Amino acid sequence: MSKLKQQFLAGPYLLWIVGFILLPVLMILYYAFTNADGIFTLEYIFAIGSETNRKAIGLSLQLGIICTIICLLLSYPLAMILSRIQFKNQGFVVFIFMLPMWMNFMLRILAWKLLLSKNGVINTLLEGIGMPEISIINTPVAVVLGMVYDFLPFMLLPIYNSMTRIRKDWIEAAQDLGANNVTIFFKIILPLTVSGIISGIVMVFVPSLTSFAISQVLGGGQVLLIGNVIEQDFMQGMQWNAGSGLSFVLMIFVIASMALVNLFDKEEPVK
Amino acid sequence: MKKRMVSVLLLIAMAGSLSACGNGSSENGGDVKSLTVLNYGKYMDESVIRQFEKETGIKIKYEEYESPEEMYTKYKAGSIDYDIICSSEYMVERLIKEGEVLQMDFEAMDNYKNLDSSIIDMSSSYDSSHNYTVPYFYGTLGLLYKKDTIQQDVVSSWECLWDPTYEDEIIMENSVRDSFTPALISLGYSLNETDEGHLKEALERLKKQKQDGIVYAYYVDETSDSMISEEASIALCYSGEAALAMLENDNLGYSVPKEGSNLWIDSWFVPKSCNDQKAALQFLNFLCREDIADKNFEYVQYASPITAVVEKQNEAVKNNEAINPSADTIRRCEIFTALSDEESALYSKLWQELLAD
Repeated sequence: MSKLKQQFLAGPYLLWIVGFILLPVLMILYYAFTNADGIFTLEYIFAIGSETNRKAIGLSLQLGIICTIICLLLSYPLAMILSRIQFKNQGFVVFIFMLPMWMNFMLRILAWKLLLSKNGVINTLLEGIGMPEISIINTPVAVVLGMVYDFLPFMLLPIYNSMTRIRKDWIEAAQDLGANNVTIFFKIILPLTVSGIISGIVMVFVPSLTSFAISQVLGGGQVLLIGNVIEQDFMQGMQWNAGSGLSFVLMIFVIASMALVNLFDKEEPVK
Repeated sequence: MKKRMVSVLLLIAMAGSLSACGNGSSENGGDVKSLTVLNYGKYMDESVIRQFEKETGIKIKYEEYESPEEMYTKYKAGSIDYDIICSSEYMVERLIKEGEVLQMDFEAMDNYKNLDSSIIDMSSSYDSSHNYTVPYFYGTLGLLYKKDTIQQDVVSSWECLWDPTYEDEIIMENSVRDSFTPALISLGYSLNETDEGHLKEALERLKKQKQDGIVYAYYVDETSDSMISEEASIALCYSGEAALAMLENDNLGYSVPKEGSNLWIDSWFVPKSCNDQKAALQFLNFLCREDIADKNFEYVQYASPITAVVEKQNEAVKNNEAINPSADTIRRCEIFTALSDEESALYSKLWQELLAD
């Protein structure tokens, strides 16, 4: 009886999963494996091999990896500093770093566009002090910049969390036993934060791989990521089947990258 | 086992509630009449809607969309019964061909006579019997340019879009057919070209333009803002958009190149999903009334097919190419025709090839 009650409590969530996750995924699968007449075909799955799509997915992977690496390089030292600083209210400091996340991400990207554009704020300032102007708007550089800006907190938070879980006495014990800072970092801090790094990588890499809005706004339509191809298939070309086929392939990429990461994550406790 | 039962039951319950939703929307309250209108974004003065509600007691449910393709998807999804829709000619043509558009009885529309008959003639390409559509606004595709650095004779030809002098200075449209238009016309082809070989030639021209670094960006809605802040020298854009940008910045001019261009007409039609044809016609009739058409013109600044609206304008507005295309310009222009599914798939494929390049 109580078991049944528990199941009923799970009802709303089940409804959510079925209606907004399972059904849409099934619909994407249906469209991906059929053509406009509803006949089974693998054409749209293999479309990933076409030159255009290969270029787009190659660029997506490239920008996604660059963005993840930059986020990691920026977040790791920052998380270390944040977790070490003795503040009365440490939560407040972290809060300040999270504050930008409270603003709509599109708004922040549009702000970057205004900053970077040819006659934008940055160039006006540079001109004012007699420096050469920068023209990175509508290039992949601007897209990576936007991605890093948007996704940085997703890398920072998990690393910071795992960092705060390292107990002080462990480090003191290591110091007592004569370990220098480099040894402490590589033998204690790094191994204990691997799980944070890995969830950070997933949380940055997956959205940057599938993003289309940032490349649209900061790339000026000249940077075509796989997300843009899918968006165009649906919104401009009215080719739901082609768009679904690519979405399906992209899903495989995402699942594969998460599985890879899980593999590393599982090995961790054995060490 | 029990678990599975519960989930199956929930699934059934959900499917049931979904279909109930579907039924709910089709029943219209008997007391208060209402009309569901679907139109482009920022394409009607709000006060016009309020005035119609006040005068007739019919409630308007007003919905907006961005691109004709989005409208098509929304309409075809069938979750909302639209009573009257405004869209671009090639999409209207497609829907007429699919049998989704109802014929209208213009006898019942007193204000139909206010429409410029030459504009109705132009609509023949997509509504040959003139039974399905009422033109709302029309205009051209052309070049918006900075007057201080670009001479008018430069933008009188599409060739300027390939001139390396304007490196990083040209904004193209981020939509397939609009950006293919200059390339096709400069090669001497029709802008309704469907021959794969000819389209590929046009693609090569566009690729060259991109590779030479001439293109600053492919924009849609951002074009006018970028031109107002003078980020680029020349932009491919629609006449009304150009007119609005020119109001903000005196240094901007508009030109429709001599080789010809695209003439577009947005029109109203009554789709099959309409629940109250009489009210829909009443709304259309209202839109064709002189004072109402004038209000909408003031708001959107595109060329109005209502004769009286144009007559009321001062000379400067009347002769502004970005608002009212001259007879000579119209003669040089061509209207888009609808593409078949295969043809539009080909267009998108080539377009993506260009952007990925």
